[in-house]
Amino acid sequence: MVAPQLNVNFAGVRFKTPVVAASGTFGFGREYGELFDLSRLGGICVKGLTVKERHGNPPPRIAETPMGILNSVGLQNPGADVFIEKELPFLRRYDTTIIANISGNTVEEYCELAEKLSEARVDMLEVNISCPNVKAGGLAFGTTAKSAALVTEAVKKHSSVPVMVKLSPNVTDITEIARAAEGAGADALSLINTLLGMRIDIETRRPVLKNNTGGLSGPAIFPVALRMVWQVSAAVKIPIMGMGGISKAEDAVEMLLAGASLVCVGTALFSDPLAALRITEGIGAYLERKRLDSVSQLTGKVQPYQL
Amino acid sequence: MPELCLGRVADNKKLTETVRALTVEAEAIARRAAPGQFVHIRCGAENLLRRPISICDVSGGAVTLVVEARGAGTDWLARREPEDVLDILGPLGNGFDTGGRRILLVGGGIGVPPLLYAAKKAAGVKRAILGFQTEHRILLEEEFKNACDEVFITTDDGSAGEQGHVTAPLKRLLDRGAADAVLACGPRPMLRAVYELASQYGVPCQVSMEERMGCGIGACLVCACQTRENGQLHMRHVCKDGPVFRGEAVVW
Repeated sequence: MVAPQLNVNFAGVRFKTPVVAASGTFGFGREYGELFDLSRLGGICVKGLTVKERHGNPPPRIAETPMGILNSVGLQNPGADVFIEKELPFLRRYDTTIIANISGNTVEEYCELAEKLSEARVDMLEVNISCPNVKAGGLAFGTTAKSAALVTEAVKKHSSVPVMVKLSPNVTDITEIARAAEGAGADALSLINTLLGMRIDIETRRPVLKNNTGGLSGPAIFPVALRMVWQVSAAVKIPIMGMGGISKAEDAVEMLLAGASLVCVGTALFSDPLAALRITEGIGAYLERKRLDSVSQLTGKVQPYQL
Repeated sequence: MPELCLGRVADNKKLTETVRALTVEAEAIARRAAPGQFVHIRCGAENLLRRPISICDVSGGAVTLVVEARGAGTDWLARREPEDVLDILGPLGNGFDTGGRRILLVGGGIGVPPLLYAAKKAAGVKRAILGFQTEHRILLEEEFKNACDEVFITTDDGSAGEQGHVTAPLKRLLDRGAADAVLACGPRPMLRAVYELASQYGVPCQVSMEERMGCGIGACLVCACQTRENGQLHMRHVCKDGPVFRGEAVVW
């Protein structure tokens, strides 16, 4: 039997495998690049970029929770110009798809970022309208259908590469935001960003995070992410990159069956830096076991009960 | 470049009621480890995050890691037995510069262990001031006496050595001009006091900082440490830029 096809055509962009490193957990690839060959990844979503350099929130920025972590990094990054000049050439040495994750305080900033980064020839944009850890912009754009559509439409006008919109789970109805982004021209969606959470130190009566609240990720949120991808995939026609707590190949297969065409691996890298590679191998093994030719045959193939 | 490897536990020695010294055979890490660096260890399936543990000593192909059981992860680690296998990433971070004619090592509590390897690697005259809460929490006194020319012990309650903080003997040594370089590891308030005192005497001070970590390699950016370098503020990271920083660079 021929080895199953792992490559995916996602909104016109080729990914050699369905497994992508999640934004915010992977920096610009340099550190993990010392541990494995980045060309073995389907793609890399780089650390969220802003127009100007951001120093992020004061520490502590992380707290462990049962099967999860809370983080409040606050979009620390050197700014898009430094990324284009110093980091993108390094990433381009690898045979993998590069997705630039962008965050603005205003619609104009999103547009400026879209223009700069598509001119710099990243393969795709991931528009972050769902960061829970910054005051201005960030999550605010992702919590109403109207503002999500506004940002999406503006970014589309200023981008020459496909645009994916990253959705927040911190909303009443994620399918409403998904439809709004699709209606405004989004080429794809990614979900979910982290769930807003909190921990308190009962001795000091202080929040564990200096930012008081943070974004929850890790296996604890996987069932929530899976449910949301399933709901969104029924609501839109554009492809979905599914993420949220995927830590093993079986999780990734569930996510694909729920409706995702690609999966992102993030927090799992902290316990196992090679998690993305192990998940890729495991997906291949599953396809062989099920005698399927291509990973695309899994997307949306869950057979829900009819109620 | 860090290595991801499996290390076999060769020994687990009780140092105090809550502190253990694990000897772990990890040739690839031992070969490249420098004083002040750390390893990032997976602590069982139930703990999502690895735990950063500083390298206390290196001998042949093994590293000694001193672990204080104070949470789920370190408790798991402290209970490892010979022949158990650990998933270790390391060596990580930037360690101590052990150059200088007269080195003064200042450690507090569980911050003491990484200074031992620094003492062993330093070529000059070596003195150590080691501070603990109380007598039964003293760590590695014999090892430091073997590695250093002079060792001073302080305890908060006076149950052993000199009563009080490490800063009292530090001031006396600085008064007599006994140090060209201070290397410190311990709780943040201690590090700040040691740095401020050393700087009054114009003696450069390196401090090993601690912060809650995620990836351990500089990708996730959670273990932030604010610095001022050439008048510019930066947000550095303890795992990659540190854990050892120049005292004057840290925004205390």
